[in-house]
Amino acid sequence: MTDPTSPGPADKQPAGPVPSKTGAATAVPPEAIRAIPVRHPWRWVSAAVVLALLGLLVYAFANAKIEWGDVPEYLFSDRVVEAAGNTLLITVLAMLLGVVLGIVLAIMRLSDNPVTSAFANLYIWFFRGTPVLLQLLLWYNLGLVFQTLNLGPFYKNEMTDVMTPFVAALLGLGLNEAAYMAEIVRAGIQSVDEGQTEASHALGMSRGKTMRRIVLPQAMRVIVPPTGNEFINMLKTSSLAMVIQYTELTFVANEISATNLNPMEMYIVVAIWYLAMTSVFSVIQYYIERHYAKGSVRQLPLTPMQKLRRNIFSGPRMKGTR
Amino acid sequence: MTAMVRAEGVHKSFGPTHVLKGIDLEVAPREVFCLVGPSGSGKSTFLRCINHLEKINAGRLYVDGHLVGYRQQGNKLYELKDKEVAAQRKDIGMVFQRFNLFPHMTALENVMEAPVQVKRESKATARERAMRLLDRVGLADKAAGYPTQLSGGQQQRVAIARALAMEPKLMLFDEPTSALDPELVGEVLDVMRDLAQSGMTMIVVTHEMGFAREVGDALVFMDDGVVVESGHPREVLTNPQHQRTKAFLSKVL
Repeated sequence: MTDPTSPGPADKQPAGPVPSKTGAATAVPPEAIRAIPVRHPWRWVSAAVVLALLGLLVYAFANAKIEWGDVPEYLFSDRVVEAAGNTLLITVLAMLLGVVLGIVLAIMRLSDNPVTSAFANLYIWFFRGTPVLLQLLLWYNLGLVFQTLNLGPFYKNEMTDVMTPFVAALLGLGLNEAAYMAEIVRAGIQSVDEGQTEASHALGMSRGKTMRRIVLPQAMRVIVPPTGNEFINMLKTSSLAMVIQYTELTFVANEISATNLNPMEMYIVVAIWYLAMTSVFSVIQYYIERHYAKGSVRQLPLTPMQKLRRNIFSGPRMKGTR
Repeated sequence: MTAMVRAEGVHKSFGPTHVLKGIDLEVAPREVFCLVGPSGSGKSTFLRCINHLEKINAGRLYVDGHLVGYRQQGNKLYELKDKEVAAQRKDIGMVFQRFNLFPHMTALENVMEAPVQVKRESKATARERAMRLLDRVGLADKAAGYPTQLSGGQQQRVAIARALAMEPKLMLFDEPTSALDPELVGEVLDVMRDLAQSGMTMIVVTHEMGFAREVGDALVFMDDGVVVESGHPREVLTNPQHQRTKAFLSKVL
């Protein structure tokens, strides 16, 4: 019992090649099949068409009136980098708000209490039923109808001072996201077999513990992939916050282009930023999904690094055996 | 000596379906009590009532002298809070037909979970006992394996170890071998036999008449929500008195 992961007796295999056995196997080599593979002429045609269209596109852009020099000039300029930071910040915070509130709403929706579940339904109905752009405008202009924010003894301030572009963007994006996350979390919780809850209860675990220790970890496998998509969507949806003066990437691109009069170049710059961020988070999502697949698949898929290592160190020798 | 389980006129309905129609029975401590009968006869439902996974509609159900799921004060019954129900359940182990192991935990973690979370035991203590229990069910070498990496028989043995980790005074088995390939049934029955010999009180819903005859101390034949016949397994199984028992046994034996 030194290594509990070692395979059982049934899986035992000789460590190295056994000469006598391999000798016997290679003594009468079976005749290998040498057939002419099926030809796919249309693949060549469709590939040629796609390449031709791609070539046209490149040609068009090469001859367009684009100041390509602007792209490297502005890509890492202070204002653009700061705006990228703001985009990332509002995305992370709005998602955080959305996930936490989404879990609360999902549990409310599934609760036996008719009032809480009705409230959750109403919330989801409203925030999914109106455009997020409109919701951003509603929050930003809240000062028009509520002059002060008065939280009794805790806090009191002018609404226009509270509802900065950042706060309005956070609330607008986060509360909207919560409605979608609530549905994702609910689907995840409901995907867990009822037998799991029963087994946990039978062991004397309370409802809360059962939810935290047994149901939610298993629900995560269903929750994580769509949440990753939501995150990547949020990176892009955050650009809507430009209408309420939040200085994120798209807003800054517009602002700079108002002075340098090269909007297309600025849009290309921020497009590169968005693509870089969504690509990085797609990779992170892959690893998170892999983590939560634990126990649901017999063999975890290799990480890209593991694949690379395997290919470098044992690739040539593996040839022919696979 | 108080009975480990006493049922008095237990009724249970699911909506319009009347599943249990007045069950009276008693299970003595250290007894292996077998419940047999056709599917839909209510035996699994009765088992689930014992640890309050199902609420009974009428009658009284006692485990070790305590009313299950309720507290009686004078003539009034008070429903127990979630926490109190959970406290009652920790002394009752249950093994399910479909194992219900926690798939996101290794075999070892499955067995450690309840002692650590419910009894607030230290991880070291829980791990030590878990390893001992896995060894007892013959799976010490699978401690680090996830449920999907284990065969059905192995999963069910881990499930038994998981229930035993709470050191229950009563074990409920809900058709523990019905979801297993025939060749895997034996290994689970061996573990149960060993458990019976150690003096555990066990209530077993089963179709394994051989096991009931060999290990059982008492047997109840249920049909359509009532106890049709009861007695010592050897007597009931070899010399059934009722027509329904005869008809059932002629099909399964």
